[in-house]
Amino acid sequence: MKAPATLFINTNVMDKHITLNHGSGGRLTGELIRNIFASRFGIKEPFTDSAILDNQGQELAFTTDSYVIDPIFFPGGDIGKLAVCGTVNDLAVAGAIPRFLSASFIIEEGFRLKDLITITDSMAREALEAEVRIVTGDTKVVEKGKCDKIFITTTGTGVIRDGYKHVGTAEKVRAGDMLIISGPVGNHSVAVMSARNQLGFISQVVSDCASLNCMIGRMLDTCREIHFMRDITRGGLATVLNELAVMTGLGITVTENKIPVDEPVKGLCEMMGFDPLYLANEGKVLIAVDKNESEKARGVLRSDSLGTKAEIIGEITGDRNKTVVLKTITGGSRILDMHSGTQLPRIC
Amino acid sequence: MKYIDEYRTERLIRTLARKIKEEASQEYVFMEVCGGHTAAIHRFGIPSLLPGNINLLSGPGCPVCVTPLGFIDRAVALAMHEDVIITTFGDLIRVPGSVSSLEKEKVRGADVRIVFSALDALTLAANNKDKKIVFLGIGFETTAPGTAAALIKAKESGTDNFMVMCAHKIMPPAMEAIISDGTLINGFICPGHVATITGSNAFRFISEKYNLACVISGFEPADIMLAVYMLVQQINNRQFKTEIQYSRAVTDEGNLKAQRLMNEVFELSDAGWRGLGTIKSSGLKIREKYVMFDAENVFQINTEETDTSEDGTCLCGEVLRGRKKPPECRLFAKACTPENPLGACMVSGEGACNAFYKYKRNG
Repeated sequence: MKAPATLFINTNVMDKHITLNHGSGGRLTGELIRNIFASRFGIKEPFTDSAILDNQGQELAFTTDSYVIDPIFFPGGDIGKLAVCGTVNDLAVAGAIPRFLSASFIIEEGFRLKDLITITDSMAREALEAEVRIVTGDTKVVEKGKCDKIFITTTGTGVIRDGYKHVGTAEKVRAGDMLIISGPVGNHSVAVMSARNQLGFISQVVSDCASLNCMIGRMLDTCREIHFMRDITRGGLATVLNELAVMTGLGITVTENKIPVDEPVKGLCEMMGFDPLYLANEGKVLIAVDKNESEKARGVLRSDSLGTKAEIIGEITGDRNKTVVLKTITGGSRILDMHSGTQLPRIC
Repeated sequence: MKYIDEYRTERLIRTLARKIKEEASQEYVFMEVCGGHTAAIHRFGIPSLLPGNINLLSGPGCPVCVTPLGFIDRAVALAMHEDVIITTFGDLIRVPGSVSSLEKEKVRGADVRIVFSALDALTLAANNKDKKIVFLGIGFETTAPGTAAALIKAKESGTDNFMVMCAHKIMPPAMEAIISDGTLINGFICPGHVATITGSNAFRFISEKYNLACVISGFEPADIMLAVYMLVQQINNRQFKTEIQYSRAVTDEGNLKAQRLMNEVFELSDAGWRGLGTIKSSGLKIREKYVMFDAENVFQINTEETDTSEDGTCLCGEVLRGRKKPPECRLFAKACTPENPLGACMVSGEGACNAFYKYKRNG
């Protein structure tokens, strides 16, 4: 006998809801920021990772970020370390020396105190490492089911280095500049997927979650012609490259076999049908630098333990087409577009 | 990476490109019927390596793209049932039905979960006895054995809250339908992964009956380039046969165990294909002895039958039949984008429109 279920399709047009794709860091996230937030708050483009505030002649970078991750502990880090590194990196790529952070916690009722201690210990350790101080914060506890374990928001501020206000906005970027990435892409995504037990097997991949400010600081001390920096997080390298193309109005060419990808990440991407260029990272920066200084900058990065695999991956072209072209490993070429949503595993 | 890098070296690809160019003496139209090939061809920029007289067309090989509107509507209706958890492969949740999609229903509270295989859905069923777990079985000979294995296991273990809503299809009849439809092609880049299951024998009738070149190809750039070279040679020599380029994975007989699993659970039936209509004996229907696991049998699903026609301006059907290329559609990259797909071919990474949009916007 058939189950007595008679179902009818609801004919409401349901396009007006937030979907997970709005949070994936790709094109829909950009539209949300542009059309909903920035237009109402009066924030002008270009959108950068940090706001630049003028405090009686001294320029301050100011940024904030919320961290929600499942699972909260993963190989190479946890939500606490992530919350410090992420905000430190947003300040560092704005050309600032990160100084002070705030930390706000939304905690689900029933959360284990032991885990909270582990997370806050990890934050304290990372803050020490990154030479920042966590100076204020807030705590809210919500009923079970009203949030997923723990959400952390960190806000940070730091002083912009003299003459580096331009690195967030890309205003100095010009044709011929070289693009450098500080290391292999995709490790954070793969480590988290593996920790979620989504892969059906254990991978050895560890998240790249790290504060980049000290390495970036050394590079800025050595090189005078760094024209742009951005940390590569959700949306991956492809998204940052496209953002840069739009900000500058110029074309970008990158060479696929120059982009460092660790073997286990590569293998996993082949199997799952993922493109590593769209996978999230938490300790990588993309840099645009004057051609004459590109090898020097790469050398400084490579001398740091966080940048040993830094590589020059492409350049800014004179084409005013805002398009990123990938020279493929086969010698062919194709557009490298911004991703429009979450990457989904292949079917077969 | 071993077993991958060897098939991606620029020097090898360049050599193949040169040989193809030397050999190609007329106009050639080849159709790839596997979505994996469509994605690989565009991802590696294969068209930019081929001479202008070789034209590659995408066929009906993207599992998500060919799943008919009515199936999506029934899945959406089922998703609204509060006891039901819908499980499916990722892309399918984004495919627009006639009025909604699984993704939109998920936003409104339906329990829709992405799984990697039918066996994951079976595990979910074992862990959620108070719910009915419906797996949406889509795809060809590559995914059907997995669904069959899950159904056999469900029966053995008595997991009676596990069900399948089945839209599995087989590939050879669709290729024959394309030929009968009059699409002008000289040969097929035959689906490599499907052929690992079916064996090359399943495709032989195409070269023998219709005098068309057939090469079963792998998915790396060197595989595809070599397959194109082999197709060109067959046509130039007027010797039409079904050859295996992907010999590291494909045999003449295929995977007999997987074939047995499929045969145990499924029987052939006529099936609806988006864009191609009903094709005789092209679908896999759950056999009578597994009928208690057939969601369409367990639930009476009523959808409004009147509104299941495709949007008249969307050319997905023409694209799937190899009649049109994506940029020829008026909606392409304008009203229809990956964020707001109007047709199924824009949804999946294996869909022709999505691949064109991502890698080759201007055609």
